[in-house]
Amino acid sequence: MKPYYSREVIKRFTNPKNFGEIKNADTVGKVGNPRCGDIMKLYIKIGRKGGKEIIEDIKFHTLGCAAAIATSDMACDLVKGKTLREALKIDYKKIIKALGDLPPIKIHCSVLAREGLKAAVENYYAKKKSQKK
Amino acid sequence: MKKIYLDYAATTPVDPRVTRAMLPYFNKKFGNTMSLHGFGQEVKSALEQSREEVANFIGAEPNEIIFTGSATESNNFVLKGIAFANRNKGRNIVISSIEHPCIMESAEWLESQGFEITRLPVDKYGQISPGDVEKAIKKETILVSIIHASNEIGTIQPIKEIGKICREKGVYFHTDAVQSFGKIPLDVNSINVDLLSASSHKMYGPKGAAILFIRKGTKIEPLLHGGGQEMGLRSSTVNVPAVVGFAEACKIAKKEMKKEGTNLTKLRDRLIKGILSKIPGSYLNGHPQKRLPNNINFWFEGVEGESIVIQLDLLGIAASTGSACSSAKLEPSHVLLAIGLKHEQAHGSLRLTLGRWTKKSEIDYVLKVLPQIIQKLRKISGKI
Ligand code: FES
Repeated sequence: MKPYYSREVIKRFTNPKNFGEIKNADTVGKVGNPRCGDIMKLYIKIGRKGGKEIIEDIKFHTLGCAAAIATSDMACDLVKGKTLREALKIDYKKIIKALGDLPPIKIHCSVLAREGLKAAVENYYAKKKSQKK
Repeated sequence: MKKIYLDYAATTPVDPRVTRAMLPYFNKKFGNTMSLHGFGQEVKSALEQSREEVANFIGAEPNEIIFTGSATESNNFVLKGIAFANRNKGRNIVISSIEHPCIMESAEWLESQGFEITRLPVDKYGQISPGDVEKAIKKETILVSIIHASNEIGTIQPIKEIGKICREKGVYFHTDAVQSFGKIPLDVNSINVDLLSASSHKMYGPKGAAILFIRKGTKIEPLLHGGGQEMGLRSSTVNVPAVVGFAEACKIAKKEMKKEGTNLTKLRDRLIKGILSKIPGSYLNGHPQKRLPNNINFWFEGVEGESIVIQLDLLGIAASTGSACSSAKLEPSHVLLAIGLKHEQAHGSLRLTLGRWTKKSEIDYVLKVLPQIIQKLRKISGKI
C-alpha cells in the first residue's frame, strides 16, 4: 500500500526543525493560500558571504495541512546559506522532489512555500530601496 | 500500536452476527429472486423476510420498503423520482442548506432541468426552524427534503413538526435518515414522513444495501428501468446477501439500540467535556443536547484540521475533518459554513464519531493525546 504522504513529508510534518520566529528578522513574508485558506509566514535573517547577501537563517510559521507544514520546513532547509538570487530559483518542483512526492491535490501547498520566499525577498529589496532614499 | 476507530459516521465494521447471517447467501442460497425454480424462490423468500424485518424496524408496511444499492441512490431516487412524477403539480423543492452532497448535487442537477430549489438556512446549532419550512412551502412545492441528523455535526432536526406542516400543506416530506437510523428510535408514522432513506453500512451492516421507504400512494418515478424488480421501482438483480445482512443489522439494533444509545451518550459527553476543559480555544459544533449519541465535532483556534487528522492517524486514531485542505474540491464543509463558522474556523474542525465497540479507555487515550497535538500544531502555526 502506498501511503498518502511520503515518509519524508511525515518526518518533516511531525518533526519540523525550522518553525518559529526570528525576533530581529531582516525581512518577513506573509502569504495565504487562496484555494484552501492556509497561511504561512517566513522570517529571514540576511548575512554576507563573499560580498553577497545570503540567507543566514530562516524560520516559518504555517497554519495549514501536513503538506504545507512539510514543504515550509523543507523550503527553509533548501534555501539556508544560499544567496537571495539562488533562493529565488527554488521552485515548487524542487521542493516536491526533495520531499519524495506529494499527492497531486497537495501540489498547491508547495507553491505556498515558494510564494512566501518570494514575498520575503521582495519585501527586503523594497525596504533597502526606501532606506537608500 | 493500538488502533482506535472513531470514524463510525463514515462507515462501520460489519457486526459478526450480521456476517454470519449473510454467509449462506453467497454460495448456498445464491439464486436470482426472479427465477421460478427452487434456487430462486428460496432466495426470494429471504428477500421478503428481510423486507419485513426492515419495515418492522421503522413501523412501515413491507411493501413500502424498496431496497437500493446505496443511500446516495435512495436520495437521488427521491429527488428525481418525485420531481418527474409530480412536475405537473409544481416545480419547487425545499431542502436545507446542510444536506448531504447527494441531495445537494441532485437538487442542483434538477435546477438545470428547470426545477426550482429553495434552500433553507439553519441556526448556529444547525437546526432548521419549522416556521421557515411553513413559510417556504408554496403552491408549486412538491417536496420537502430535510436531513434527519447531520452527518457532520450530529444535530437532530425537529422532524416531527416539519412533517406535520408538510402533511397539512399536502406536500411530500422526505428525510435522509442515514445517520440516525439504528441510533435513535424512528417510526415513520410518528415522525410524519412520506419518504425516508437509510443505509446498511452506517449501522453495522454491509456496504451495498440501502432502503427508500415510500409511503403507499406516493407518486414517484423509478430511477432505474429494466426487469421490474422491487415492485417495478428499482430494476436490478437484488443484492440479497447485503439485504439479508442489512435486515440482521436492523434486528440487532432493535434489541440493542436503547442501551447502546445511553452508553454512547455517556462516552460522547465525557469526550466533549474533556476536550472543552483540556484544550483552550476549542468550540463544540452542533447542538449540545439535540445531537446524535455518537457525534462529536469541534473547531480549534490556530490549527488546521487535516494536520490534526494526520497526527491522530500516526497514533492509530481514525478521525475526520471539514477543513478545506482535506476536501477534493479544497472547499470547507458547507455544513460548518451554514452554521455560521468563518472559513478559518471551519479550517480547524475535527469530527470524532463513536460506535458499538468504542471503549472508555479509548476516549481517555484521545483525551490524553489530543491536547498535545493541538499544542504542537499551534506552536508550528504561531497561531497566525
Ligand atoms: S495548504 Fe491547504 S491543502 Fe495544503
